Amino acid sequence: MEFVLSGGIGVFAASGVWLMLRPRTFQVVLGLSLLSYAVNLFIFAMGRLTVGAPPVLGAVPEIVSVDDPVPQALVLTALVIGFALTALFLVVLLAARGVTGSDHVDGREPHRAEPHPGNPHP
Amino acid sequence: MPSASTPQLLVALAAILPFLGSLVAVCLPGSARNAAAALAGGVMLVSLACIASLYPFIGDAPVTVGVDWLPTLGVRLILRLDGLAWLFAMLVLGIGALVVLYARYYMAAADPVPRLFCYFLAFVGAMLGIVLSGNLIQLVVFWELTSVVSFLLIGYWSDNASARDGARMALTVTAAGGLCLLVGMILIGRMVGSYDLDTVLTSGDAIRNSPLYLPALILVLAGALTKSAQFPFHIWLPRAMAAPTPISAYLHSATMVKAGIFLMIRLWPVLAGTEAWYWIVGGLGMATMLVGAWSAIFQHDLKGLLAYSTISHLGLITLLLGLDSPLAVVAAIFHVVNHATFKASLFMAAGIIDHETGTRDMRRLSGLWRAMPYTATLAMVAAAAMAGVPLLNGFLSKEMFLSEAVDNAGDHPLHLALPVLATVASAFTMLYSLRFICQTFFGPPPHDLPHSPHEPVRWMRIPIEALVLTCIAIGLVPNLTIGPVLAGAVRAVLGERTPDYSLAIWHGFNAPLAMSVAALVGGVALYFVFGQRINTNPRGGPWLMDRLDGGWLFEKTMTGLVRGARWLEGQLGTERLQPQLRILFLTALTVSLAAGAARGLDLTAPGTITPFDPAFALMWLVGAACAIGAAERAKYHRLSAAIFVGGAGLVSSLTFLWLSAPDLAVTQILVEIVTTVMLLLGLRWLPKRDAAIPVPASEEARGRRRRLIDLCIAGLVGFGLAGLAYAVMTRPAVDGISRWFVEEAYPQAGGRNVVNVLLVDFRAFDTLGEICVLGVVGLTVFALLRRFRPAPDSLERPAQQVRHDAYDHAREGREPGHTTADALLVPRVVTTWLFPFIVLLALHLFLRGHDLPGGGFAAGIAMTVAFMLQYMANGAEWVEERLRIQPISWIGAGMLIAALAGAGSWLFGRPYLTAFFTYWKPPVLGKVPVASALVFDLGIMVLVVGASALMLVALAHQSLRRTRAAEAEAEARADAEQTAAKEPA
Repeated sequence: MEFVLSGGIGVFAASGVWLMLRPRTFQVVLGLSLLSYAVNLFIFAMGRLTVGAPPVLGAVPEIVSVDDPVPQALVLTALVIGFALTALFLVVLLAARGVTGSDHVDGREPHRAEPHPGNPHP
Repeated sequence: MPSASTPQLLVALAAILPFLGSLVAVCLPGSARNAAAALAGGVMLVSLACIASLYPFIGDAPVTVGVDWLPTLGVRLILRLDGLAWLFAMLVLGIGALVVLYARYYMAAADPVPRLFCYFLAFVGAMLGIVLSGNLIQLVVFWELTSVVSFLLIGYWSDNASARDGARMALTVTAAGGLCLLVGMILIGRMVGSYDLDTVLTSGDAIRNSPLYLPALILVLAGALTKSAQFPFHIWLPRAMAAPTPISAYLHSATMVKAGIFLMIRLWPVLAGTEAWYWIVGGLGMATMLVGAWSAIFQHDLKGLLAYSTISHLGLITLLLGLDSPLAVVAAIFHVVNHATFKASLFMAAGIIDHETGTRDMRRLSGLWRAMPYTATLAMVAAAAMAGVPLLNGFLSKEMFLSEAVDNAGDHPLHLALPVLATVASAFTMLYSLRFICQTFFGPPPHDLPHSPHEPVRWMRIPIEALVLTCIAIGLVPNLTIGPVLAGAVRAVLGERTPDYSLAIWHGFNAPLAMSVAALVGGVALYFVFGQRINTNPRGGPWLMDRLDGGWLFEKTMTGLVRGARWLEGQLGTERLQPQLRILFLTALTVSLAAGAARGLDLTAPGTITPFDPAFALMWLVGAACAIGAAERAKYHRLSAAIFVGGAGLVSSLTFLWLSAPDLAVTQILVEIVTTVMLLLGLRWLPKRDAAIPVPASEEARGRRRRLIDLCIAGLVGFGLAGLAYAVMTRPAVDGISRWFVEEAYPQAGGRNVVNVLLVDFRAFDTLGEICVLGVVGLTVFALLRRFRPAPDSLERPAQQVRHDAYDHAREGREPGHTTADALLVPRVVTTWLFPFIVLLALHLFLRGHDLPGGGFAAGIAMTVAFMLQYMANGAEWVEERLRIQPISWIGAGMLIAALAGAGSWLFGRPYLTAFFTYWKPPVLGKVPVASALVFDLGIMVLVVGASALMLVALAHQSLRRTRAAEAEAEARADAEQTAAKEPA
C-alpha cells in the first residue's frame, strides 16, 4: 500500500509540476490542482497509513488505536484553502485574459506570430 | 504601577501633547491657518509651562516615568528629565513657540498651513522624545522619527524639484545614520546588559574596555555625525534649505541638527576619553568647522550662507566634545544654547528679507537698512553674536572654545595646529558675518527687486526680538541668566567630574582674548581685501573647493546604486513566470537532495507495511492515468483535461476514505465538485487553441528543448516526493502530540470526531484565521470580476446557442430561445426538486460534525452545491427571481458568528475561544451534547457558503453581463442608425 500510494503521489506531483511549467494559464491552474492533491496526500501520509480506524471515537468513547488526526486536520484546512486558491487563480487568469487579450502566463505572447484567423491576438 | 506623582505627570503631558496636537492638526481643513497656528502655539506653551515648572525637581535625581514596552527584551519606555534634558527641552519648546508665531505670518494663505503645523508638532514630539529618552532603543525610534518628519518638512513645497531632491538626500543620509545608530545602541546594550540610560551611564569603564567598543563607537558616531551634518555628511544640510524658512530656522539650525550633538553630550561620559573618540570626533569636528566656515564665505544665497555657517558651528561644538576635557563639554553645551538663539534669529531675519523683497540673493540685495532699519538692527546684533563680538553670548562661548583650544594644544604637531586653526575659523566667521550684514543692509539702494522692501508686520518681528534680547542678556549677565541652567545641565552630564568654570565677560589679558581680537581684526581685514572678489565670484562656489561637490558625488553614488541594481536585476531577474517557477523547483530539488545526501536517505528502514490490496492498486492505476492524461490534454483539450483532474481528485478522495480519513474524503469530494464547476464556468472565457496554429520554425527546436527540461524537472520532483513519502511511511510513527488529542477530545471538548474537535476547539484560532482567508478570497474574486472585461473574441454566443436559435428561427411558431429553454428539461426538474434535500444533507453534515464525519466546511460546501445546481439547471436569472442569495452578507454573518462564539468565553472570564460543552436532555432525543464549538462551526459553515457562493455567482454572472453588453451595443447601434436615417431629412 505504501508503495502504491507513494508512487501515486509521485505521479500526481510530476504531472502537476509539468503543467505548472507550461505557458498557458489554464494548464497552470490544473497543474496547481494536481500538485495540491499530491501535497495533501503527502501530508496525510505523514501520519502513516491505517485502514479502517478513523479518528472517530465510538458511542462509548473509549480510547482505541486510531489514525493520526493531526495531519488530517492539517489537510482539511489545506483542502479549503486550496479551493480558495484555485478560485482566485482562475479569476485572475480570466481577468488577465480580458485585459491583455492573451492567456499566456506572462500576459503576452512569447513570439510575435503573424495574426491569423485562429489567433487574432498574437 | 504606583500612582504617578505630579512631576511625572507633567513630563508625560509635555511629551504626549505635541503628538496629540499633530493628530488634531491633521483634521483641520486646509485653509484653517489661524486655527492651526493657535493650536500649535497653545500646545507649545502648555508643554513649555510643564517643563519649565519642573525646574525645581531636577536638582539631584532625574524625574523619570516609564511603562513596559518590550518586556521580553528588557526595553521600557522611559521619560527621563535631568538637567541636560531640561535645557534641551526648553530650547526645543521655547524656540518652537517663537517659530510658530513667526510661521503664522511667514506662510502664505495659499499654502496648506495645517499640514505644516501637523508635521511641526510631530517633530516637536519626536525631538522631545529624543531628549527625554531614558532608554537607548526608544531614543533611536524618536531619532528616526525626526528624520522622517524632517523629510516631510523639507519637501513641504512638493511641487518644487529642489525641495524633493533635498528632502530625499536628507532622509537618505540621516536615516542611514539612524540605522547605524540602532546597531550601535544594540551593541552598547549588549556590552552593558541593559538599554536603560541610567545603567548605561554608570558603565563607562565596561564599555570602553569592551572589544565591541570601537564598532559601537563608530556606529553611534555615524548616527550622530550624519544628523549633525558633520563633514563629509554635511552635504544634506544646505540642500535642506528648500524647506520653508521657519522650518530651516527651527529644524536645520536650532534643534534637529543638535540631536547628534545632544547624543554625543549624553554619551560623553561613557564613550569619550579614548584615542578613537579624540581622533574621530575631534578630527571631523575640526574639518567640519573649517570646511563649513570656508564654504559659508562664498555663498550668495542668504540661507545658504547661514546653512554653511550652521555646519561650521556644529563642527565647532563637535570639536569641543572631541577634546577630552570636562571644561570643553561645558563650552559645548553653552555654545549649543548660544548658537540656537543667534542662528534662529538670523534665519528669521533672512526669511523676512526673502518675504519682503522676494529674493535671497546677496548680489541683488543692498541697502536694505533704509527700508527696514528695525529688522536690520536685529540682524546685525545676531550676526555680531555669531561672529563673537564682545558683550554678546557668542563671544562668551567662543572665548571658552579658544581657551580650550590653547589648553589642549600639546607637543604633537597636530595639537599645535589647534589654536591656530581655531583662530582661522573664527576669522572666517567674522568675515562671513560681516559680508552678510554689509551686502544686505548697506550700500546703494536696491533696484529691480521683485517686491519693494518694507518692514514686516509687527508680529513677525517679535520672535526675533525675543531671541536677540536673549543673546544680549546672556552676553551681558551670563551668571544671572544662563548660569544656573548651564550648571544643572553640566552636572547632569559630568556628575563628579564637573569642573570649576567662570562665565565672566572679562578674564584679563590672556591668550584667548588675543586670539579673539586677532580673529575679529583678521576677519574685517579679509573682508576689505577680498570682499569685492567674493561678491563677484560667479559660481558662488568656494575657492579651492569649487570642484569638490559633495552633492554631485552623492547623486553619482545614488545613480550608480540604482543602475547597479537594475543591471543585477537584468542579469539575474526575470518578469516571466516560467523561468521563475523552474528556478523555484530546481532550488527545492537541490536543497532537498543535498539534505537527503547529507543525512543519508535510507529507503529500506524497518517499519510496518500495510498489507497490499489489489483494488487499491487498481484505483491508483486509474488515478495515475488521470493525472498523466490531464497533463497531456491540458493544452488543446481543456474540457477533457478538467475531467481528468476531477478523476484524479476522486481517486485522492477515495484514498482518504480507504485510509481512515472520512472527513477528508467528504470535504475533498465536495470541493472537487465545486472546483470543477468553476473551471467549467471559466472555460467559456478562454481563447480558442488548436494544434493547427503554426509555431515559427525557429521556436520549434527551442520549444522541444524546453519541454525536455521541464519533463526532467517534473520527473525528478515526482520521484523525489515519492521516495520521500515512501521513506517516511515505512518508518514507525513518532510519538507526537496526536495521542493527547485523541485522548482528550471527548473529556475536554465533548466530541467524538477528533478531527472536527481539533478544528473547532483545540486549534480554533487557526481555523478562525483560515476562514478569514476564505472570506477575503471571496471578496477579492468578487472585486476582480466586477471590472471584468471579456476578451473580444470570447464575446460571441456559444455555438450551441447559435445553433438552437437558428433552428427556432427556421421553424414556424417557435421563438428563438425555445429550444435552449427546452434542453435537458427532465434533469432540470429533478435538480430543482433536489434543492431541499441537499440543504437537508448539508444541515445533517453540519449537526453531526462534532461526533461523526462532517462539520462546518463540508456542510458549507454542500450548501453551495445546492445553490449551484439551481444556477446550472435554470440559469442565473431564473434563480435570482426566486431566491435572493446575498453572499457578502453570508460572509459577514459567518465571520461575526465565529468571532462572537469565541468572544463568548470572555463572559466567563476564560481566554478567547475557550470552548464550553454540556449535556442537554430534551424529551424525545435523549442525551445531546451541546458545545459552544457548534456555534463556531456554524460560523464556519455560513462563511464557507458565502465565500464559495460569491465566487460561483460572480463567475456565473459574467455571461449575463455579456448579454447585457451585447444588448446595449445593439441598442446603441440602432439609435445611431435612426439618427443617421433622420439626418438626410
